[in-house]
Amino acid sequence: MEKKLIRRRRLKNALFQGALISIIVFSILILLLLLYQVFKVGLSHLSLSFITSMPSRFAARAGIASALAGSIWTISLTILFAIPLGVGTALYLEEYANKKSWFTKILEINIANLAGVPAIVYGMLGLAVFVRFLNFQRSILSGALTLALLILPVIIVASQEALKSVPSTLKEGSYALGVSKWQTITGVVLPYSLPGILTGSILAVSRAMGEAAPLIMIGAAGYIGFMPKSPLDSFTVLPIQIFNWTSRPQAEFQDIAATGIIVLLVLLLTMNAIAIVLRNKYQNRMD
Amino acid sequence: MKIICNNINFYYGSNHALTDLNLNIEENKITALIGPSGCGKSTFIRTLNRMYEHIPKTKITGEIFLDGENILTDSYDLAELRKKVGLVFQKPNPFPKSIYENVIYGPKKHGLKNKDALDTLVEKSLRKAALWSEVKDKLNKSALELSGGQQQRLCIARCLAVEPEVLLMDEPTSALDPQGTLKIEELFHTLKEYYSIVVVTHSMQQAARVSDQTAFFLNGEIIETGTTDDIFTNPKDQRTNDYITGRFS
Repeated sequence: MEKKLIRRRRLKNALFQGALISIIVFSILILLLLLYQVFKVGLSHLSLSFITSMPSRFAARAGIASALAGSIWTISLTILFAIPLGVGTALYLEEYANKKSWFTKILEINIANLAGVPAIVYGMLGLAVFVRFLNFQRSILSGALTLALLILPVIIVASQEALKSVPSTLKEGSYALGVSKWQTITGVVLPYSLPGILTGSILAVSRAMGEAAPLIMIGAAGYIGFMPKSPLDSFTVLPIQIFNWTSRPQAEFQDIAATGIIVLLVLLLTMNAIAIVLRNKYQNRMD
Repeated sequence: MKIICNNINFYYGSNHALTDLNLNIEENKITALIGPSGCGKSTFIRTLNRMYEHIPKTKITGEIFLDGENILTDSYDLAELRKKVGLVFQKPNPFPKSIYENVIYGPKKHGLKNKDALDTLVEKSLRKAALWSEVKDKLNKSALELSGGQQQRLCIARCLAVEPEVLLMDEPTSALDPQGTLKIEELFHTLKEYYSIVVVTHSMQQAARVSDQTAFFLNGEIIETGTTDDIFTNPKDQRTNDYITGRFS
């Protein structure tokens, strides 16, 4: 009786483990398939001139320079706006706000809801507020502000979780030395929660980098024949450029769209790698 | 007298946690606070450096004089108070930083920047906490690599680095093994030359071994205070007698 029960449990265990492994193998296979397709088509067009050339109506001469520059500009400004604002908001909600007040509760519910709003809606908001009302035109600035709004809720929620994980005994240890609240935040709370905050921010920024819809909404161009020089220039980004190429009938453009995807992937992976290195550096100090 | 407490009443919301407490803490002596769990010892010790201010809905009435000045008035600077009255917690809580950074955390936040002064302070504080010889070659290692007992002595050193006059210890050995406990108890004797110490303890043997004065707490009141010898050999109150003879805990 006893033995039979144990055997059944072992069988269940093995089945469940097998199911989980097949799920992960399946998702990795799909990813590999996609990557294989992209690299098979795109790799042959990847060259220095592809990265340094402007887009062109001839696929052979077309490059991705202006879109790459636009993406780097946009994402840098997005980081500049979204991370301080998001971390600041999370700090307020976790460390200063009265948790029990209805105002704080409404704020938190709304932030969580905003994280689920479709990107295109943020695009409409950006169009109305940044492009028209604040008159920033169809500029990098408008795009970055829109993307910043888009990823702000994710950064806030992730940062809040990271801040919540700071043990209260550490904060008390700091207070007991006569150290002020703000000094405790900079001295203990932020260093401790930084790895978590960075992880959340990496994911959010990566999402912003791949977005095309909200930027098309605010009127980012499909063709930019010059390098953007200031935040008020009009611009395009890699996803829009790729989208533009894929929607052309000529097969050559479809091919260089794949090359564009490779560039976007490399950019994303580089950024993530930098962030992960940063995170590990801080995490090692914690252990 | 280093600290004089007059008529302390303390409330968590509507819960009346401490009732009409009067207690004197003598200079350069060790005062032990004993009593069963939940009797208000830890609550009381946290009034002496106003740690309760970080808990919402707490209220305190009465007077606590430190060197003749009432620390419960709003005009008494909180940072100054906590520099003078250090607190060591029940569970060692070193910051996830290096040993060196742990010790200089307080002084640095209070504005000390000179590297030599900080170095001297680190050595002095660690020596006083009887930790120097064990860690002097690994000051830049993480404090979390130390054993529990060493971590607790590091927390004591961290506290000493802001040069306090009073040391509050809230069951400082309850999370430690016997060896770690022994080291801390030995430390008490050298520390009381420089500091007035208040120690909350669950162990009556510990109170008897280390303290000069003892106060017995029960249900938020002080039942009896006196020299440790008197309390343990000749208690005046029946409840004190019951507690120290282990009839309830």
